[in-house]
Amino acid sequence: MTKINLTVDGVSYSDDVEPRTLLVHYLREQLGKVGTVVGCDTSNCGACTVDVDGHSVKSCTLLAVQADGGTVTTIEGLAAADGTLHALQEAFHTCHALQCGYCTPGMIMSARDLLEDNPHPSETEIREGLEGNLCRCTGYQNIVRAVQTAAGASS
Amino acid sequence: MTAVADAPAQEIGRSRTRKEDQHLITGRTTWTDNIQIAGMLHLAILRSPMAHARIVSIDTTEAAARPGVIAVLTGADVADIQGTVPCAWPVTPDMVNPGHPSLAVTQVNHVGEAVAVVAARSKAEAQDALEAIDVDYEQLDPVLDMEAAVADGATLVHPNTTSNKSFTWAFESGAAGTGAPIEAALADAEVTVHRRFIQQRLIPAFMEPRSTVVEPIGDGVTIHSATQIPHIMRLMMALTLGIPEHKVRVIAPDVGGGFGGKIPVTPEEIITTMVARKLGRPCKFTESRSESIMSAHHGRDQIQDITITAKRDGTVTGLDVHLYADMGAYLRLVTPGVPVLGAFMFNAIYKFPAYRFVCDGVFTTKTPTDAYRGAGRPEATFAIERIMDELAVELGMDPMELRRKNWIKHEEFPFTTVCGLTYDSGNYEAATDKALALIGWDDLRAEQAKRRADNDPVQLGLGISTFTEMCGLAPSRVLGSLSYGAGGWEHAAIRMLPSGKVEVITGASAHGQGHETAFSQIVADRLGVAFEDIEIMHGDTAISHKGLDTYGSRSLAVGGMAIVRAADKVIEKARKIAAHLLEANEDDLEFSGGQFGVKGAPGSTIGIGDIALATFAAHNLPDGVEPSLDSDATYDPENFSFPHGTHLCAVDVDTETGMVTIRKYVCVDDVGTPINPLIVEGQVHGGLAQGIAQALFEEAIYDDNGNLTTGTFIDYTLPSAADLPSFVTDRTETPATSNPLGVKGVGEAGTIASTPAVVNAVIDALRPLGVKDVRMPCTPERVWRAIQEAQA
Repeated sequence: MTKINLTVDGVSYSDDVEPRTLLVHYLREQLGKVGTVVGCDTSNCGACTVDVDGHSVKSCTLLAVQADGGTVTTIEGLAAADGTLHALQEAFHTCHALQCGYCTPGMIMSARDLLEDNPHPSETEIREGLEGNLCRCTGYQNIVRAVQTAAGASS
Repeated sequence: MTAVADAPAQEIGRSRTRKEDQHLITGRTTWTDNIQIAGMLHLAILRSPMAHARIVSIDTTEAAARPGVIAVLTGADVADIQGTVPCAWPVTPDMVNPGHPSLAVTQVNHVGEAVAVVAARSKAEAQDALEAIDVDYEQLDPVLDMEAAVADGATLVHPNTTSNKSFTWAFESGAAGTGAPIEAALADAEVTVHRRFIQQRLIPAFMEPRSTVVEPIGDGVTIHSATQIPHIMRLMMALTLGIPEHKVRVIAPDVGGGFGGKIPVTPEEIITTMVARKLGRPCKFTESRSESIMSAHHGRDQIQDITITAKRDGTVTGLDVHLYADMGAYLRLVTPGVPVLGAFMFNAIYKFPAYRFVCDGVFTTKTPTDAYRGAGRPEATFAIERIMDELAVELGMDPMELRRKNWIKHEEFPFTTVCGLTYDSGNYEAATDKALALIGWDDLRAEQAKRRADNDPVQLGLGISTFTEMCGLAPSRVLGSLSYGAGGWEHAAIRMLPSGKVEVITGASAHGQGHETAFSQIVADRLGVAFEDIEIMHGDTAISHKGLDTYGSRSLAVGGMAIVRAADKVIEKARKIAAHLLEANEDDLEFSGGQFGVKGAPGSTIGIGDIALATFAAHNLPDGVEPSLDSDATYDPENFSFPHGTHLCAVDVDTETGMVTIRKYVCVDDVGTPINPLIVEGQVHGGLAQGIAQALFEEAIYDDNGNLTTGTFIDYTLPSAADLPSFVTDRTETPATSNPLGVKGVGEAGTIASTPAVVNAVIDALRPLGVKDVRMPCTPERVWRAIQEAQA
């Protein structure tokens, strides 16, 4: 077991983990942060995407020990304390950018990183920027629209 | 007096954003894998690395001694109790079903088949112990090619059968009395076109891997599972494992997509239930994606031999279809029924006088097949829409003109087809005209001519798919005539609460469709209550005690209608109470906007919420009226519904690299009356993505030893956002006449329609180069090779 200290969604944790524990398993199983999900085992689908120290990361590709000392934000930490949704959460809802919702946390977390790098992306830039996140329900069109809407809202 | 919101004038037809979204966008979800129960064990399943082998021995001694391991079970340990994975659709009386053990006992018949299960205190410990199980296999020859599989002397997949053919299902319009004899059409044909099309094997690839948590409670069991079919599973689990039905509760919590992939009762669900009951401990099994890809069922996989006959003027005179349909190694819930559902769709929107359909269901040593979005209908639609293009070329006719000449005209509805189905409504002309205008067809044709003349290395292709489908599964009598093991009705119940709020229970089981929103809109209009005051409850057999679940685009056309019937029963009872309270005659009451009023006496009204409260109080009810304002209704549709539409696709094909790029995709769908246009559009988008994926991207590939080589998302290439264009979607609205809502269903339309539109476009681009077909998926390599072969 290895001791790690990190902040997740604004709360500090100090935990013992097996060195082989993936960050996503630590989040889900030890912290109960089940909003972040696992969709594949080859880092293709992006369902497990979270933010680690300001960058979106597929939390199935990172060991929990690698996040030691870091600050992690998951889908559960996006809304404001008073419940006000993040612009992307709001836009995903208003644009009908989710159906089953399984890819949604990862998609929103990736889109958030995309908009931080490029606040006003073109449709092509959004599509290429989200290439690492798979959705089987929506055909992506409304996801693109949601990201454009959120980008507009933040300008 | 009751604090309920005002109902708006009309909910049906509004693009309401979804009620379902809030918990999904904030991560407060209830996926099955999220469930933790005190004392819960975690399961890991050892899977066969062989396509076809006898199990000589299994040694679990070392695995059982591993840290944290509570039990290791093999097929032999549960052979007496595991029953057989159920198949509910014996399509012919003599269909061969060799049986499907959840855990292999004597033999494995596909890579990924479950061989042993470990129960341990943690998932990691269970997984670690798998490597300590020693299985001795005696390898057998794999059976991979369907035609070879049914040839004399072929290796048998199952030792308890005499052939790899499970069934032959046949229909012929002359014999059935629904049309002319096919032999005469073939003999008298002025023009005959034959093609062989290959429906490649696909993987449903729902984003949430399958997961099951089973909790044994007393002599009963609660099964939480990522399934489309909690009600069917309850019955099937009872029958399979011999647990009394009333002791089984099935809960489908948030379910992350299905697309047919979560229709069957699976070996993994049965294994988890068996182990939990045997050990008396809650157990969880969650598959990895790699496990899912090789053990959750696949879709499609047919060899289609299609012959179409016509007169020189373009009048089609007959269609002759022979299919080999790959069942894979076993029959799951509706495996044999999938190609049979397609049998009624090969004639599509056309008035063909003669038709024959023969399907051989074949066993191979591959993962079992079963329903995948469209289930039989995409295959049929692809074949007919592709061969209509080939016939047009043969006749020197414009492909749209050929379609117009043969399709059922708007004024000819209702129309009984050569299969004996009655299409209640449709307007192919309107949808087609709108689609042609939206895409700018004539301009694209002009550009195509120019690029052909210029020998542009990037050629433009235009593809058409004028499709229909049968959905809203289904009239129970029809399902009975097709030997399906259940009916096609749906159930709903409504409970008016004292505060005027409304609980609606549906037997449909959503997994992304937006039922809570669409059904609330229906109830809001029917009962005159506010959208927000309605709660839709589903997916738990303790709450929704009966139902037939969600597949085949049935939830709205059948489940929505059951809700309408339940609402009408509430109104009927409320009317008696209203008459009593208003001291009026029932016949003098009118109900509108949630209020009962006395005709001709304005001001004398009572709202349905107040009636609910008065019923709850029960202080002043009419004699003989029970103090409840609830209802229960079951709706059995009188007919299928028949969505249709025209899909047009323009592709750029780089003849030097084989790269296909969709330049524009336009579809005009007619799904009848839309309850929520926003949701309809979303369903169309997602359907298109999956249909286009079949045309261009996806294929499950086995090597010569029967190994699935596309075993991860690295190799099985789901399209990403970067692979797809934005679609232009529009609608015509020709209400279904078979149900009062006028709805038809939209879950599968996009997938059914889009595949041939794209492939027809690819072929159209390459036709001047001599290319007549490209096997799906039309990858750059396949397209490039097709060009090289045509030019050679």
